[in-house]
Amino acid sequence: MLLVLGRRLANIIPTMLAVVALVFLLFSVLPGSFISGMNEDGRSTIDPAVMERMRKEMGLDDPLIERFAKYVAATATGDLGISFRTREPVTKMLAGRIWPSLKLVLAAMTFAILVGVTLGFLAALKPGSLIDTAAMVGAISGLSLSQFWFGLMLMYLFALKLQWLPSFGYGDGGLRNLILPAIALGVGPMALLARTTRAAVLDVLNADFVRTARSKGMSERRVVEWHVLRNALVLVITIVGLQFGSLMGQAVVVEKLFAWPGVGSLMVDSVFQRDMPTVQGCILMIVLFFLVINTLVDLAYVVIDPRIRYR
Amino acid sequence: MRSNENVHEGDGLMRKLAWLAVAAIAVIGAGTANAQQTPRKGGTLRMTAPYAASFGSLDPHVTPRAQDDIVGKALQRSLYNWDTAANKLTLELAKSVSASADGLTYTFKLRDDAFFHNGRKMTADDVIFSFTRIMDGSKGYPGARYVRLIKGAVDVEKGTAKEISGLKKVDDYTLEMTITDRVDPGYYFFGGSTAILPKEEVEKGNYASNPVGLGPFKFKEHIPGSRVVMDRFDKFYKTGQPYLDKLEVLIMAEAAARDVAFRNKEIDTSILGPAQYVAYRADPQLSKGILEVAEMFTRSMHMNLNSNKPFQDKRVRQAFNYAIDSNLIISRLVKDKAYRATSWLPPSSAAFDKTVKPYPYDPEKAKKLLAEAGYPNGFEFEWTTSQNESWGLPIVEAVIPMLARVGIKAKPKLVEVTVLTEILMKGDHQALIASSLTGPDSLATLRCYYSKTPRTACNYTGFNNAEFDTLLDSAAQEGDMAKRDEILKKANNLLYDEAPVWFFNYNKAVLAFQPWVHGLQPNPTEITHQYPENIWVDASSPAK
Repeated sequence: MLLVLGRRLANIIPTMLAVVALVFLLFSVLPGSFISGMNEDGRSTIDPAVMERMRKEMGLDDPLIERFAKYVAATATGDLGISFRTREPVTKMLAGRIWPSLKLVLAAMTFAILVGVTLGFLAALKPGSLIDTAAMVGAISGLSLSQFWFGLMLMYLFALKLQWLPSFGYGDGGLRNLILPAIALGVGPMALLARTTRAAVLDVLNADFVRTARSKGMSERRVVEWHVLRNALVLVITIVGLQFGSLMGQAVVVEKLFAWPGVGSLMVDSVFQRDMPTVQGCILMIVLFFLVINTLVDLAYVVIDPRIRYR
Repeated sequence: MRSNENVHEGDGLMRKLAWLAVAAIAVIGAGTANAQQTPRKGGTLRMTAPYAASFGSLDPHVTPRAQDDIVGKALQRSLYNWDTAANKLTLELAKSVSASADGLTYTFKLRDDAFFHNGRKMTADDVIFSFTRIMDGSKGYPGARYVRLIKGAVDVEKGTAKEISGLKKVDDYTLEMTITDRVDPGYYFFGGSTAILPKEEVEKGNYASNPVGLGPFKFKEHIPGSRVVMDRFDKFYKTGQPYLDKLEVLIMAEAAARDVAFRNKEIDTSILGPAQYVAYRADPQLSKGILEVAEMFTRSMHMNLNSNKPFQDKRVRQAFNYAIDSNLIISRLVKDKAYRATSWLPPSSAAFDKTVKPYPYDPEKAKKLLAEAGYPNGFEFEWTTSQNESWGLPIVEAVIPMLARVGIKAKPKLVEVTVLTEILMKGDHQALIASSLTGPDSLATLRCYYSKTPRTACNYTGFNNAEFDTLLDSAAQEGDMAKRDEILKKANNLLYDEAPVWFFNYNKAVLAFQPWVHGLQPNPTEITHQYPENIWVDASSPAK
C-alpha cells in the first residue's frame, strides 16, 4: 500500500510541472497585460510612465525563459509569487480562499452522493417503475442544467419567494449561506451519480454471484447489502472521485453567482485582470486538489475490492 | 424621407432637454430629501461593489480601481473631495487654501481636527509622507501620475532626491505646495490613489490587511471575495457624522444575483444594467428608488487618423456622425441608460456647452460629405470592439447597416475588453469603440487631443489641429478659472465639429436604493463612490 502511495505521489510532480509550463506559456501569448487590464472597462486610467514602472517592478519586461525559470524555482520552494493586483503573496491570498472552496465542494459532493446514489439505487432495484422513470428524468435534467440558471432559480425560489435562505454571500460561513450554492454546484454530479449507480447496481444484480447468493437462500436485503452494494461501489467511487476532484474547478460559475469567496471566483477575477501569478496559483491549487483526490480514490479501490492490485 | 429626418432631429433635442431636466431633478431631489428629514443616527448600510469578484487592495496607493475606491471613500480621505451638490471640487483635509500670484504655489491650512483611526492627529508630515511614498521609483503606484505635478516629485521618482522639493512644512497644520503647471491641484488630489496615510501604520508592513485612514468609518473585517465591514469612527472631523453605526460593502459582480438580493431586501443599493433599468422603471415600487446621473464617461468610436486615410478628412469624420442614428441605438439597445453625447466633455463639466445641438441623423448629408471628400462609393475599415453590452459588439452590429446605407463597410474585429487600452496606445487599430473617462478635469481631458500629447498618453486618434492647440495653450495660461472654462468650452465645441470620434453617449449611471436609505449622492465622477458620512437609514431598515 505504501509503495502504491509513493508511486502515485511521485506521478504528481511531472504532472504539476507540465501544468505550470502550460499555464505560464498560455498566459504569455494571451493579448493584454495586467496593466492594460487595470482599465476596468474604461473606469480607470493609468499613465504610460506609471505603466512602465509597474512593468519593471513586476518583471514583465524580462525575457520569457528567465521569467519561467524564476517562477519554477520559486514554486518549487512553495513561493507562488506576488499578486500583480494586490501586491500580496499569492499563497496568502489562496490560504484565505481554500477553506470556503473546500466547504462548498464538500457540501456539494455530500448533496450529490446522498441524493444521487440513493436515487440511482432505488431506480435500479425497481427498473421500469415510476421511481425509476422519475429518477432518470431528474438525472438527465440535472446533467443538462446550466449551473448559472439553476442557481438563479434556487435564489428566486428559496430566497425571494419562500424567504427560507439568504440569496448570496458568505455570511458567517455557516450552513444557511452554504445550502443554495452547494445544491447549485452539486446538481450535476448528483445526476451523474444517479445514472452511474443505477447502471452499476443493475449490472451487479444480474451477475452470477448474486444469483448464486439468492439460490443459497440468502435474504434479499443481505444480498443487496453484502454483494450488490459493495460491488457496485467500485464504479460509483470512480465517479465520485473524478467529480470531487474537478468540482473545485467547476465551482467558478457558482462562486461568482453567489458571491462565494472561493478559489474559483479568485481565479476568474484574476484572469480578467491578467493577474498571472494569482491565476497560476489558483490553477496549481485546483490541479493539485484533483490529483490528490484521484490518488485517494486509487487507494480506496484497494480497500473496497481486495481483488484490485497495483503493480 | 425629409419629414422622418426632422422627427429624428426633433426627438434628439427633446430628448436632450428631457434628460437634462431628469438629471437636475435627480440632483435636486437628493438634496431635498436630506433637507426635509432629520438624519437618524445608527443602523447599518449594505452597499454593493459590482465591478469585480474581489477587491484589489485596501491600500489606496496601490490600486487605481473604481471598485476599491468604494471602500476607500469610507476608510480614507484625500486633500480634496468631489462635492456632488455643488458639482465641483471642495477642500477636504484643509480648511483653506491660497495661491500665489503666479498660480504655482499653494498654501494649505490643514485641518487640525482630523484624526487617523489609530487616534493620532493628522499633520503636514503625513501629507508629505504619503506623496513621497507614492513617488517611490521602485514601485508603480498609480497616484504618481498626479503627484508628479508637484515640483521635485519626478526627482524622487528617478531616485535623485529623497524628498519632494515642492512640498514644504511651514508648521504642523500649514503646508506649502509648489506645482509645475498652472492647474487646479484639486483635480489631482481628490482621488483615493492620493489618500493621506499614517506613516507608522504603513511601515508596519501589513497596511492592506489592516488599513488605517482618516475616513468616517474604521476598518473592522475583510473577507476577501466577500465583503468589507467598517464601524463608525467617532472622532471623524465632521460634527455629528457619520450617521450610520456600520457600513458593509458586499462584493456582488453578478447583475442577476444582485437583482434578486435587492428585491429580497438583502442589500440596500445596487447598480443597474440596461435590462434591470427597464424592469425597475416599470415597477411601481422599485421605480421610486432610482438615482440617475450622467457620469463622466464618454462612449465613442475613436478614428485613427494616422492609420486610415479617409479618417484624415474632417468631412468623412462628420459623415460618420450624420450616418448613425445614435438616438435610436440609445433607446432600443441601451434601453435609454445613456445620454446622447453632444461633445467630448460630459454635461457635469463647467466647460460643457448646453446650447450645442447633436449631429442629426441625416444619411443624405453623410453621403454628400463623403462624395465631397472623394469617397462617393464609401470605403472599408476595420472596427475594433469588445463584447460590452453598452458600447461594444451589439452597438457595432447595429451601426454596420446604417454605415452601409451611406456606402461605408465596417468589418468588426472582436477583442477582449482588457486589451482595448493597449491597442489604443499602440495605435494598432483603424477605429475602436470604447468608454473614456472624461472628467472632472476638463483641461486634462481635452489635452488628449492636443497635438503634442503622445498616443501612449491618450491622443488615441492622433488628432492634430493648430486652432485647438492654441485654445488649449491659452486655457493653460489663464489663471481665472471662469475664463479658462470659457476657452475650454470653445475648444470642446471645436472638437465636436472636427469629430475625430463618433460621439455616441455619456453613461447614465443608475443606482437603485431601498426606501429606507437617505442621503445618497448622484456623484458624476462615479456613482458607486458615495461619501458615506452623508448617508443614513431610517427605522424601517431591516439590517440591524
